[in-house]
Amino acid sequence: MDARNLISTDEFCNNHLVEISFISSLQEYGLIEVITIKEATFIDESQLNRLEKFLRLYYDLEINIQGIEAITHLLNRVNSMQDEITVLKNKLGLYEDN
Amino acid sequence: MEFVDYYKILGVDKSASTEAIKKAYRKLARQHHPDLNPNNKEAHKKFQELNEANEVLSDPETRKKYDKYGKDWKHGAEYEKAQQEQAQSGGRQRSQAFDNTEYGEDFSDFFKSMFGDAAGDGRGGSRTKYRGQDFNAELHLNLINAYTTHQQTLTVNGKNIRITIPAGIENGQTIKIAGHGGQGINGGPNGDLYITFFISHDTKFKREGANLFTNVDIDLYTAVLGGELTIDTLGGKVKLKVAPETQTGTKIKLKGKGFPVYKSEGQFGDLVITYSVKIPTNLTEKQKALFQELANLK
Repeated sequence: MDARNLISTDEFCNNHLVEISFISSLQEYGLIEVITIKEATFIDESQLNRLEKFLRLYYDLEINIQGIEAITHLLNRVNSMQDEITVLKNKLGLYEDN
Repeated sequence: MEFVDYYKILGVDKSASTEAIKKAYRKLARQHHPDLNPNNKEAHKKFQELNEANEVLSDPETRKKYDKYGKDWKHGAEYEKAQQEQAQSGGRQRSQAFDNTEYGEDFSDFFKSMFGDAAGDGRGGSRTKYRGQDFNAELHLNLINAYTTHQQTLTVNGKNIRITIPAGIENGQTIKIAGHGGQGINGGPNGDLYITFFISHDTKFKREGANLFTNVDIDLYTAVLGGELTIDTLGGKVKLKVAPETQTGTKIKLKGKGFPVYKSEGQFGDLVITYSVKIPTNLTEKQKALFQELANLK
């Protein structure tokens, strides 16, 4: 694995002034994936956007981890429904007159 | 530039306590936060208004100035100076306001006029690294453009970006251009650019995925006796054999003459043709007589 794409969880927590337990909780709920290399933990850069979003939900909106899990689940459903709507709209075009 | 009523935005009375303002802000922010309303421009705008209102009303100093001079905002220049001096003296706590990095940094002209640009910096000079903001853009193509892989130059936030659009892109599909969003803060990574494609159907073809559909008119004589005809496809002209006794609504499939399969070079969907038999009109007396003769043979 390319180590350049990994961000140390310690560094992330220091930068954002959050407890490491916040990351552990997200991991426990399966919301983010944490990579362990030689007892140090990292997150992949591709997950940074997701992690920062969880940070805003938790600290800014005061939504607990269970709430974040529910929101994530519902947003995934909304996204897949939106994708389905796009597919159906495209299909509907077959039956509409030009 | 119009006066902005921050109390109205938060739905509180002018005499509301700091606690009531905080409560109203949190309630509305949860409702309109962009993380909970992805791709909702209205919610994004509303959230920025809420952030701005909270920025002013949650701080007793700025609230006092706003209450005193709010409607007379044109005299805001003197406060800008005072505010800048104050901004240099120290930052605020994280919990006082939402992070402006991702969603709230666009303050209104009214706010800037009254409090200055520096007042919006909620991070108070910290060196925290933040990933840059994701940008969303829309790109309109016609079906012919989407048929071939091509390059286009887009201007996003004043920067020209040359992107390759793969053949076969779908209407409503969003692609991510990594690292072309907002610049990272304090060395954080850049955000991403998300482009959603809108493809207009300006040809006689209809599309579902990689398959194309079209109607082809054939005259009665070709339909009855069979024959050949040449049709246009997006890939050029194609000669077709029409079987004798072809009915209206008969469908034939031309394999590989449809639309390119997204990111699968050399692969194409099918073209489905539906025949529509055209009955001749304005018949001559002789033609009528011949049709009558045919009718009598039934």
